[in-house]
Amino acid sequence: MSQRTFVGGIHPSYFKDFTAGKPIAPARAPSQVIIPLHQNIGAPCEAVVQVGDEVKVGQKIGEPQGFVSAPIHASVSGKVTKIGPYNHPLGRPVEAVFIENDGQDTLYEGVKPNKPLEELTPQEIIQISKDAGLVGLGGATFPTHVKLSPPPEVAIDTVIINAAECEPFLTADHVLMLERADDVIYGLKAFMKALNATKGIIGIEDNKPDAIASMQKAVAESGQGYDIEVHALETKYPQGAEKMLIKATTGREVPPGALPMAVNVVNQNNGTAVALAEAIKLGKPLYERVVTVTGPGINNPANLLVRNGTLVSDIIEQCGGMTADARKLILGGPMMGMAQSTEEIPAIKGTSGVLILTEKFVRYYTIGPCIKCGKCVDVCPMHLVPNFIGSASEKENIDLAEKYGAMDCFECGCCTYTCPAKRPLVQWIRMAKGEIVARRRKQ
Amino acid sequence: MERKLVVSSSPHLKSPEDIQSIMVDVLVALFPAALMAVFLFGYRALITMVIAMVAAMATEAIILRKGDFFGDGSAAVTGLLLAMTLPPAPPWWVVAIGSIVAIAIGKQVYGGLGSNIFNPALVGRAVLLVSWGSYLAGNVWMKPVPFGFTADLVTRASPLVTNKASLLDLFIGTVPGSLGETSALALIIGAAWLYYKGHIDWRIPGGFIGIVFVLGLFSGGLYGGIYHILAGGVMLGALFMATDMVTSPVTPVGKLIFGIGCGLVTMLIRLFGSLPEGVTFGILLMNGLTPLIDNLTLPKKFGEVKKSNA
Repeated sequence: MSQRTFVGGIHPSYFKDFTAGKPIAPARAPSQVIIPLHQNIGAPCEAVVQVGDEVKVGQKIGEPQGFVSAPIHASVSGKVTKIGPYNHPLGRPVEAVFIENDGQDTLYEGVKPNKPLEELTPQEIIQISKDAGLVGLGGATFPTHVKLSPPPEVAIDTVIINAAECEPFLTADHVLMLERADDVIYGLKAFMKALNATKGIIGIEDNKPDAIASMQKAVAESGQGYDIEVHALETKYPQGAEKMLIKATTGREVPPGALPMAVNVVNQNNGTAVALAEAIKLGKPLYERVVTVTGPGINNPANLLVRNGTLVSDIIEQCGGMTADARKLILGGPMMGMAQSTEEIPAIKGTSGVLILTEKFVRYYTIGPCIKCGKCVDVCPMHLVPNFIGSASEKENIDLAEKYGAMDCFECGCCTYTCPAKRPLVQWIRMAKGEIVARRRKQ
Repeated sequence: MERKLVVSSSPHLKSPEDIQSIMVDVLVALFPAALMAVFLFGYRALITMVIAMVAAMATEAIILRKGDFFGDGSAAVTGLLLAMTLPPAPPWWVVAIGSIVAIAIGKQVYGGLGSNIFNPALVGRAVLLVSWGSYLAGNVWMKPVPFGFTADLVTRASPLVTNKASLLDLFIGTVPGSLGETSALALIIGAAWLYYKGHIDWRIPGGFIGIVFVLGLFSGGLYGGIYHILAGGVMLGALFMATDMVTSPVTPVGKLIFGIGCGLVTMLIRLFGSLPEGVTFGILLMNGLTPLIDNLTLPKKFGEVKKSNA
């Protein structure tokens, strides 16, 4: 068992105590779900139901409109009351299917167990992951079946399960490893079989010793015939970033602009592994997931099993409501999550956390000059020069920002966390990236 | 319930450190050396330090038209560092002019904090050196008398001129010299604090002191190597002046090159130039090269494969 890491990164306070050790509790089924038809990287879906239709749990309601896309399924049974635009966590309204919950939880007839893993071919595994609407549950929501279908000339030798969960406050992956360790292994074996990979690695940060023990036990019990290792990694943000995870577990560095398959690796979040296990064993599509509801601004933090399309306002109410000094609502973690302007927003496949921060976490900073302290250069996991990229973008010198490496930034936030001048580096770099992409599209 | 939620860009957590806290850390780091200066040279050392700091802060407050006297703390640091490079008791107006020049010309005309190319304290010192050198050099260096709060200071030449001082004296600081440069011990203690806080990197002091030692070896054997590190302003320069964030490179390789460059020029001046001390101009010269060094030493991106010249 190795303990490796990557160069750079930060050690913020982790605040895991809010929800550490809290078992997964099923959320109260909401009276209405509003399910957006775009819940993945890639193309959106189009509704295959109409207003007035009766739908059942697990029934497909959204058909993908491209290869890089995944179908969407109903998370409750009931009647479709409306199909129209609604708030979406990414900021712009998205077409959504409104379903009124009849409280029956009637399961769709098409949800049936598949053949056991031993009897499935790789193509069948990939098809199951597609039909179940699986996307990366770490938050990036990349359609799983696409990740499992690299071009034929690429040979994948290693599948890495990303159970690092490096973001402060979040514990969904942690609790899944304690309660569903066997399914994580099952899912990993399915990934390995689908890709013909010979090695499986589960990467866990060392601030979760109980999860490490739980996974080691599961590997010993059900990992026979597969070369699977559990790696304890140094707890450092962003250890869970896929390039950093690959570096820490295998020592390989993914080249700039390339995907993990360039170094013969595929990463999957451990929640996605559990979802694949359920899809194979039960035929269950992805319509619910574990969400960490946490932060100093929520009265009863919890690890909830939330149905797709449940409004965050509903989730917050179930958890005792917000405290009087609550000021920020973030979907995701505090380093890369998106702050929301309203609670009336649906939880979607990629919603790993509902984080409520209070007054004392929300500070209005005066932006200072860059004092060339170089701390951002020291912490950047991609070894960029965030100070120069940020300053260039601030002055709207987009070419200079691109030259310094803006497109290689994955917006982890280490630089902005560290900057003593409180410069909004990620925000500036993000602006430059948007401009660069727009310019490239024009050409 | 009607509630306004704050929406801002990620990340939503930030380090508690800010520019002012860093400057306070530097002042704390200089405290052992300042204390040592007062211990060795008496109350006049304290007066010099106070004049330098007050003049610096006042100049900045006037130029920036701010009522906040301490501000982000950078002027106070510049003032104290300038005082550290001066002998124990120059005329008060020499000290004041040094600070005013340091802040006005060494920093504010460039656009203020972060925009200056040259170390402001050294700009002030360089101007004093060429304009009122007699007050700064020669027999103005005073022989320290421990517990010298009321003792008279006796003028003596600095060890760089006499080449006569025991290594232990040089390390502890009981030699003639400027306020901050004599006690390597006090400076090292302070620098250890800065290192612990993550404000200085080993590369600049390491490169600086390293090359001085190596060239000192050539000039006078092992004794020469150690002598050159401890005598004069190398310790103060390497640990506190060259490491000034604004005027030194941001890249790791750049920092090493910068440190070595400072030490190299320092020794060239010491061994072949007409001045006994070369630290001031060594650092100022390398300050000028910093933007170029930065752009020539950008770190290799994660995963980048250097194209070979095939």
